[in-house]
Amino acid sequence: MTPEFLLSAIIFLPSLGALILSFLDSKAVDAFRIGTLVVTAVTFGLTLMLWSQFSYDEPGIQMLVEADWVKTWNIYYRLGVDGISLPLVVLTGLVSMLAAIASWSINKQHKGYFILFLLLETGMMGVFLALDFFLFFVFWEVMLLPMYFLIGIWGGPRKEYAAIKFFLYTLVGGVLMLVAMLMFYFNTGGTTDSFNLIELAKVASGTSETLTQTLSPNMQITAFILLFIGFAIKLPAFPVHTWLPDAHVEAPTPISMILAGVLLKLGGYGIIRVAFPLCPYGAAYAAYALVAIGVISIIYGAFAALAQTDFKRLVAYSSVSHMGYVLIGLGVWKIVEATGETQNSDMWLMGINGAMFQMIAHGISSAGMFFMVGVIYDRVHHRDLNKFGGLMGRMPLYSGLAAGLFFAGLGLPGLCGFIGEIFVVLSTWNFNPTLAIVAASGVILTAGYILWALQRVYLGPEYRGPHAEDIKPIEAREATVGVILLALAIVFGVFPGILFNVMEHSTAELVEGMKLGYEQAASQVSTTLQAMR
Amino acid sequence: MFEQLIQDLAGDNGSLYTGLKYFSAELWLSGTIVVMLLLRLFSVDRWIPTFAVALAGSAIALWGLFGQFTELMTANTDVSIAFFGDMLRQDLFSVFFRMFLSLFLILTIALTVLTGIPDNEDAPDFYALLFGATVGMMMMASANNLLMLFLGVEMASVPSYVMVGFLKGRKPSSEAALKYVVYGAGAAGVMLYGISLVTGVLGTGDMTLLASRLALVSDGVAGLGDPEVCVVALGIMMVLAGLAFKLSLVPFHFWCPDAFEGASAEVAGFLSVASKAGAFALLVRFCLGLSGVEATAELMTAFGVALGAVAIVTATFGNLAAYTQNNLKRLLSYSTIAHAGYMLMAVAAMMVMQNSDQAAGLGQEINAAVGGLLYYLAVYMFMNLGAFAIIALVRNYTFDESIDSIRGLSSQSPALAVGMGVCVFSLIGIPPFGGFFAKLMVFAAVLKSAEIHWFMYVVLAFGGLNTVFSLFYYLKIVKAIFIEERPAEARAVTLPSMEGLYVVVLAVMVTLLGFFPAVTEGLSSIANAAGNAVLSVVGG
Repeated sequence: MTPEFLLSAIIFLPSLGALILSFLDSKAVDAFRIGTLVVTAVTFGLTLMLWSQFSYDEPGIQMLVEADWVKTWNIYYRLGVDGISLPLVVLTGLVSMLAAIASWSINKQHKGYFILFLLLETGMMGVFLALDFFLFFVFWEVMLLPMYFLIGIWGGPRKEYAAIKFFLYTLVGGVLMLVAMLMFYFNTGGTTDSFNLIELAKVASGTSETLTQTLSPNMQITAFILLFIGFAIKLPAFPVHTWLPDAHVEAPTPISMILAGVLLKLGGYGIIRVAFPLCPYGAAYAAYALVAIGVISIIYGAFAALAQTDFKRLVAYSSVSHMGYVLIGLGVWKIVEATGETQNSDMWLMGINGAMFQMIAHGISSAGMFFMVGVIYDRVHHRDLNKFGGLMGRMPLYSGLAAGLFFAGLGLPGLCGFIGEIFVVLSTWNFNPTLAIVAASGVILTAGYILWALQRVYLGPEYRGPHAEDIKPIEAREATVGVILLALAIVFGVFPGILFNVMEHSTAELVEGMKLGYEQAASQVSTTLQAMR
Repeated sequence: MFEQLIQDLAGDNGSLYTGLKYFSAELWLSGTIVVMLLLRLFSVDRWIPTFAVALAGSAIALWGLFGQFTELMTANTDVSIAFFGDMLRQDLFSVFFRMFLSLFLILTIALTVLTGIPDNEDAPDFYALLFGATVGMMMMASANNLLMLFLGVEMASVPSYVMVGFLKGRKPSSEAALKYVVYGAGAAGVMLYGISLVTGVLGTGDMTLLASRLALVSDGVAGLGDPEVCVVALGIMMVLAGLAFKLSLVPFHFWCPDAFEGASAEVAGFLSVASKAGAFALLVRFCLGLSGVEATAELMTAFGVALGAVAIVTATFGNLAAYTQNNLKRLLSYSTIAHAGYMLMAVAAMMVMQNSDQAAGLGQEINAAVGGLLYYLAVYMFMNLGAFAIIALVRNYTFDESIDSIRGLSSQSPALAVGMGVCVFSLIGIPPFGGFFAKLMVFAAVLKSAEIHWFMYVVLAFGGLNTVFSLFYYLKIVKAIFIEERPAEARAVTLPSMEGLYVVVLAVMVTLLGFFPAVTEGLSSIANAAGNAVLSVVGG
């Protein structure tokens, strides 16, 4: 299969499936379920095929696809994959497939649900594979519409509030990104490569051959702030995280899985693909702020999770806490003020690798945690932590799987959550020991809320809450999802190299490019300063 | 001898026939009016429905304009010819607008056929008014003289007043019409006074000569200290006030919500798009006529910035006021006001760039600003008409135009629900719909002009903010349709296929304009070429 076809197929196969489903009679519920499962499974297969064709030693973009789109505006249909996007593409395929299995629990308006579900997958894949800024932006916003409806129609009691809040926050981020996008477009003269993310990154590091303009330090700072706010909303980082608990709690289980498993990663991916390489000076300028925000998110999210009585809300806040590590890992870029050189750039590279790993690990563990909450919610129709207890005896397999996934989220050594956190915390030591200690102490809080939750839900003598008679052992369909996720959590925890091998060359290249870019911009700053004197 | 007389009156020997050729679309439409009225006189309209005649007439006009369009596109796109004694102007810009208007006329007639307003009795009257207004708007699009500016505006306005009050016997309708007339008359008077001031001082009504004459009058740099320049500036402001009335810009917007609420949704849809298009064409020509000469640059940059400020206020006011509305037509009328604000941002950006000392190097960007405006209008035609059409179609079943009437519509009529969803999301400006692309082009122009004047950054910031503000009330519509349940006592909306098809066609156009390469690229390059054409005569 040619790369052009493969990449486009990964993006548009779900849409094609949605189109076919739209012709079916709305009463054929099983047809929708199975059809969606088949489409997502084939898409996942395609992403694995993409992995098999991927060359590990090549740091840059592979399988580049380029076609005209709107020529008057120099907008192109550019796709490609590198070590940074590949793991996330595969993760998206996997989580979407598992969420499709979890979607059996949807009990109204099936046709609309499954069509929107597939459109959502198109949007997510598109964001990860797009290499044209405009295309990236379009997919970014396209994702918004299905998500709004999926939360708003199939959600819980406060679904309308949650849906509009999600829409509003993301739209604010989108508008800021749009302005930043136009800034890059005009600063590079509006030529054929002005939306090309790869070429723009080269402009920033001064190695571009087609674009001769330089991005001024001030412009880089402005653009970075605009982009960062947009991506931080999605990540989500303190203080723009408030949409997340609402959206998660109200969304139906499979959508929560996708939200936690994939959508939050878009924020981190946006920073690493767009904000960082395009504005290295801005990134260095804001490094402390990034790490500080990350640390606050970790601690704040953990304390908030401790205070929750709603099981799903607890998991939602744990996401805020865990995504803080991503932000720290990306931000630990220590520059020696006197020389303008990067101190210990290998440590920073380790932080970026750790952040990337943390994204994948969180995608697996949090999708699993949300699914586990969903399984018990489908049976007892409540999520009050204080009314659970004793599930270990009634649902042993379920409780075992859940405990494993929650430990993965906790960051127990041997499970996937550990690797990302330890890499990030280690690299933070080089940046600022105090922040490293604070970040590391977040692990204690994490252990606190997760163990306490496990105790309240699964341990104890017997279940005394409502609907006790409805508690049935986990079904084979549900167990499949849990087993796959737990197995992956163990595999990645024991063999982290599977992921690091894929991404290390690309992240190393990113670090090199950004160092170059910073030096260039810094020399520009010092020349201006001298000229002023 | 008679021919000779006309030739002499027309002033430019031999070009009368070319002028008539350029004017043929307007003549066709006027002819159709006469035919429609005559057919009723002889009771032929019992056998040949009036809408068929109307459709045929407007289709022929569109076809004729398409001929002129291809001629201009194949020959020289930036040619601009004044005809009828320099009263009107034929260029790609004018042809673009006239094609736009006649296409919109066809779509409106099709909608009225589907909704059954007007009935058979009134059809000839209604279509005569509709055609008359369209001819007026077409003249607005090609006006080259301040006199024609006034005539065009009036010719478009007078039939509009009657159309707003067309639902006879309904009190709100008559009230709306009266309000519209009073405001319109006031605005026309102010505008006429402004025109007399401008022509009085500058000695010409020819819009392309205004800037150079102003430079002559002011000898040196035109500043407000010079009493003559001051009078002209006052005149310009008065003319702009008249145009602002047509565009429903704040603070000349008061008529708009009332008129739209009182009028039928079909008329409101027509007025919201068509009269705006004509007025924007005029505004662009008038603004460009005043620009491009060094002496007036400073003054006109100030006007451009002022337009930007008006755009901010208009967009913000429209979006905030829409939030509390429960009547769909009223809500959309405020959204119309807000969109006029967005579009005005493009004009402001054009003015600021055109009057900077770097204007020569910015040709392409100025072009793109005008092109963005035209693209916006084209997308706006489909998305706004779509929204009004759905209100009209639902009204025919529920006899209600409040937001409650569409609650849970998705369960009863998916086609209308999805169509409304597409139109609303496009109005917000979310890809992959056309509204996003249009907004992008406008914002890009504003950002570019911000390099010249810092105030345009403020305009851009408010443009972005307003996109967020507008989300609240647009989502109110979406929420009502898709998320809420249809009340048990609500009247059922079942749809014959034609109405669904009409909405689907509009929704598909809105979507195609958002991402389909051939359509977006085609339209945006045509829009840019049209911008180029109107720019070719700047500075006399």
